[in-house]
This record gives sequence, structure tokens and C-alpha cells, in this order.
Amino acid sequence: MTAKTLFDKIWDSHIVKSVKGGPDVLYIDRHLIHEVTSPVAFLGLKQRGLKVFRPDQTTATPDHNVPTENQHLTILDELSRHQVEMLRKNCNEHGIKYHDLQTEGHGIVHIIGPEMGLTQPGMTIVCGDSHTSTHGAFGAIAFGIGTSEVEMVLASQCIMQPKPKKMRITVTGQLRKGVTAKDIALYIISQISTSGGTGHFIEYEGSAITGLSMEGRMTLCNLSIESGARGGMIAPDETTVNYIKGREYAPKGSDWEKALVSWSELKSDEGAQFDMEYTFNADDIEPMITYGTNPGMGIGITGSIPTTENMTDNDKNNFTKSLNYMGYSEGETMLGKKVDYVFLGSCTNGRIEDFRAFAYFVKGKKKSPEVTAWLVPGSRQVEKQIREEGLTEILEAAGFQLRQPGCSACLAMNDDKIPEGKYAVSTTNRNFEGRQGPGARTLLASPLTAAAAALTGVITDPRKFL
Amino acid sequence: MAYDKFSKIISPAVPLQAENVDTDQIIPARFLKATERKGFGDNLFRDWRYNKDGSPKAGFPLNEDKYSGKILVAGKNFGSGSSREHAAWAIYDYGFRVVVSSFFADIFKNNAINNGLLPIVVSPDFLQKIFISIDKDPQAKFMADLDKQQFTILDTNESEYFEINAYKKHCLKNGLDDIDYLVAMKKEIADFEKAK
Repeated sequence: MTAKTLFDKIWDSHIVKSVKGGPDVLYIDRHLIHEVTSPVAFLGLKQRGLKVFRPDQTTATPDHNVPTENQHLTILDELSRHQVEMLRKNCNEHGIKYHDLQTEGHGIVHIIGPEMGLTQPGMTIVCGDSHTSTHGAFGAIAFGIGTSEVEMVLASQCIMQPKPKKMRITVTGQLRKGVTAKDIALYIISQISTSGGTGHFIEYEGSAITGLSMEGRMTLCNLSIESGARGGMIAPDETTVNYIKGREYAPKGSDWEKALVSWSELKSDEGAQFDMEYTFNADDIEPMITYGTNPGMGIGITGSIPTTENMTDNDKNNFTKSLNYMGYSEGETMLGKKVDYVFLGSCTNGRIEDFRAFAYFVKGKKKSPEVTAWLVPGSRQVEKQIREEGLTEILEAAGFQLRQPGCSACLAMNDDKIPEGKYAVSTTNRNFEGRQGPGARTLLASPLTAAAAALTGVITDPRKFL
Repeated sequence: MAYDKFSKIISPAVPLQAENVDTDQIIPARFLKATERKGFGDNLFRDWRYNKDGSPKAGFPLNEDKYSGKILVAGKNFGSGSSREHAAWAIYDYGFRVVVSSFFADIFKNNAINNGLLPIVVSPDFLQKIFISIDKDPQAKFMADLDKQQFTILDTNESEYFEINAYKKHCLKNGLDDIDYLVAMKKEIADFEKAK
């Protein structure tokens, strides 16, 4: 028998049919939907006179568009309100489980899936959101899709996809103090670029990866899409099993025992072939920060912005355009640069571990009066846990307040917009022009680096405080 | 979703030399609040195309009268970032039927094909030739021939072959989408579920 990768094993077992000269018809175990990319898909179903094929495999929540203050009140923005109401109505009509604002299960779709135990090893999971790659942390094939594809899954629980190529990224060694999963991800993207993973699905391996918590693994897999890859995955192990056990939708009783047996098969066989391989050493990774307008434009926090010396004219033009937007010059060091806003949250870094790291970092210290800080838990469960662990008091004593769950300033669809020209150290996933509001300047970093900036008002090496 | 059948397009092209054009530039998130699929073309490249007061920004290719046509030619890694299909809708709604680049992000490429917008991958050298040709004559014409899978610079008669899988080609030519295909497969899908 030929050696198979983890990706092959899951993909191949979900093929309903291979279309000649075309894509595979791939069966989808879980479909997550939200208010922004689903309304047109439901409209399509209606026009075709179709019902949702497997409503019990579909889970919905509004996240992209929702306010992070006063969620008990009516949403003020008319269009946002309409989108949320449409989702509610569509779910009602089709019998889909809907986690409304203010309910226990509400939150960012990629945070609540794992939290509820909906995300399990060996599954295929899709959502009309590119950061669906997050769920790959559990050894699942999870990827983002467009609205036409959302309609396909609603209509048939299947999707038509050509099988991607496979890439393996091994990170050896152990992470140094102050270095997090976020830094591994930003480091990898800075090495392979934002298109290095295109056409591929990544499997992460190595001691620095297996040493990560589930939260860390989710952060890493979440950012796979920023390298251009459709998704990233990590073979399930004891850490995975311990995380899932006892969660609401986790298998129970004899089903749990059966699941454990099948999950133990979920790893790449010895000698399995990958189309592309990279190996990095965790020792080479320091806390990372981005200086430009794509996630590949990142450097170690003590480093300096590259110079255009050896660039082609074309590269130079693109690079200079990006630095002009950021208000930076080539060759400058990042340490000491002014920071106006700090944002902790999103599907990248809005989990409990991120809030713990931030809270213990700022404990007994004070937020800089120059900095506006927005702390947005990824879900109601995260919010609850923050409260139960006493982190709220620590944060408040240091001058930080919590907002309510949602995607918030990560993509600034709601009112949480960074003003034009302002600098935000953000624990999110994209530093594109205008991503956090028209003219906003985003610096991607870990929760620790964000916390350090919030205390000092300038870009600061978090290791100084550890 | 229904779209025009695609066979052959002969048209001038609009050049967008920037690389890594992400979907937040193609259509910023604040314009994703519609619940129907129309009118996105007005906000295509919104923040590159318009000043804050709504006046057009001078120098942006879509604002220059000398450029027109159904073909958008862009720098490498076009469509990176978010899965928002609104990006493909906006480009189509504006009037483009073909996007040419040396490299596309995966999700954008799928979204484009699913909406009757043909993404054509050409070599980096050929892409430069296209830009040079537009630079020489902004109304220079190009031909995208889906049957032959060929993109041609008509001024110089230089062509390049492009890849597209046979199934998707069939869909584009006939204005079909995957949903009809999948819905017709429901019995097979239900059998697959039982066997799982």
C-alpha cells in the first residue's frame, strides 16, 4: 500500500465521486455559516426551490458585522441589522442551529466550533470565510469557500474541488521565551511569502508544533491562508484528545472509544510524499512584527525594515508603495515607533489563552495614556472564562476594559474602525491597506507584543518585561 | 447562479500593475453588507479609485478615459486574502469578463470561475508583454479564446496557452454552475452517507 499523508487520508475518504477532467465531489461533515457570506446563497436556494440538504450538519452565528458594545440593544447600523436578521430568518426557515447574539454559544464562528466540540479530527469542515483553516489544528481538512460554494454545500452537503497539492512545514527545536504560535506563523509567511503556499494544503510537524497548546495550534493553522495555502493541519495527539473530551458535541461513551481508535490513524505515513517541504528552526524565531501591507512583510521585532537595494524595479515599486502607506522608510528599526491603538481579539488571537497571556503580562502595570486599547473576546465562552479566572480585575486595574464578542476591528465591518493614519498593533491576521478602517495602519503581532505596546505606547520587545 | 455563456472575447484591456492586490482592495469590507448580489461594481477598488469626498482619484486606471474594455490585467498574486465572493461579483458587475495575471490566489480563482469571470494565468514574461502593449496603445486589443485556451496580443499576434480543467471549461461555455450537477447527485450522496 502506498504511504499516504494525513491530508490524503481525510480527502480520499470524503470523495463521493471524481469528475473526469475536473474536480472531486467532496463530502462535507460540518458547515459553519455567518451573516455576511450566506444571504446570497440562501437566496440562490430559494430561486431554485431547494431546501437545505443536511441542516443538522450546519451551524450559524453572526460575527463579522456585530457591534461589540450594547449587544442587548437593536443594532444601529441598518444594513448590519438587516444581515443579522436575514441569517436568523434563514436559519429558522431551514431548521439550522443558530447561536444568536447574547446567547451562550455566540462568538466568532472559528472560536465557537472548537469550543463546542463541533470541530473533530478527520472531518471536512468549510465556511464562507478564509480563516476556516483554523479548524485544521484538530487534524481536520478545513478551508474557506465563496458564496457559490456555500450554496453548493447547503444544497447538497458537497462541494466540487480539485485536490490541492501537499506541503509539509517542519519546525524543529523549542520556542524561546516570549515567542508564540503567532510568531511562528508570521515568521513562516515572511520566509515563504503570501503566495508561497498557494495551491497547497500545509501539514505542520516538528517539536515546536507538537509543543503548542490547542489554542496555539489554532492560531498557526488560522494563518495558513495568509501564506496563500487553502489550509493547514496538525495530526491529532493527546493534546487534541484532551481538548475535545467532554465538550458538548464531542462523541460520548462507546462512540468516544471508537473515535479514539480512528483518530489514532490520522497521521502521515512514514515515507508519504509531499509536493513541497520546508524546515525551520524555532531558535531562529523571535517575536515578530509586520511593517508593511501584507502579512509576509514581517521581521523580528529587533530587526530593521529591509532596503530596496537588491530589488527589481517592479518589486521596488510595490515595496515603496507599501512603506509610503505605512509612513515608514526602508532600513528603519521598528522598536520605539509610535503606537496609537492596540487590538486584542479575532479568530487568530481571541481565545482564552490569548487573554491570559495579555492579562498576566500587564498585571500590576498601567496602560499608556497615549494608547486606545480594544480587547474583544472571541466568544461568550471566552468572555465567561475571563471573568471566572479573575482576569477582568487584572485588566481593569491596568486600565483595560473588555468589549463584547465579534470579529470587530479585524475587518472593521462594524463601528470598531482604526482612524485614518493611526497605527494599530493588532493580534489579527491581515495588515492590508484599509483593512482596519480607511487609511488605518496595521502592525500584526502576538498578544504579548500587543500588550508591551499597550503599556509603553511604542513598539516594544515583550521579552523586556518577561 | 446564472451568468453569460463564455466563448471568445476580443477587447482592449485595463492595466493594474500592482502586485498582491488583495480582496480588501478589490472590495473593502464595509461594502459587504448587502444581502443581494447587485451593485458591487460601483465600489470596485473603492479606496484606490475614489477620494474620501467621492471624487475620482486621478491616475487610477479605472478613472482614465484612455482605458476601457472587458479584460483586467493585474500584477501577480491577484485576489489574495478573504474568501469574499463579492470581489468576483464586483469585477463582473463593473463589466469585466476576464482577469489576466501571472498568479491568482486559490479562493478568488474558484469564485471567479463560479461567476462566469475567466481568470487567465499567463507567464510573467507574457504579462509584461501585455502591459507594454497597453502602454504603447491603450486601445490595443486582446483576445481571450476559451475553446483554444489561448490569450493573444492581437497587435503582435503573440499567443499563450492557458490551463483550465475540462469540467470548468464546459461549465463556462454553457453558463452552467455546480449546483445543478450536485443536486442531480443527491441519491449518490445519500448512499455515500450510509456507507460512511
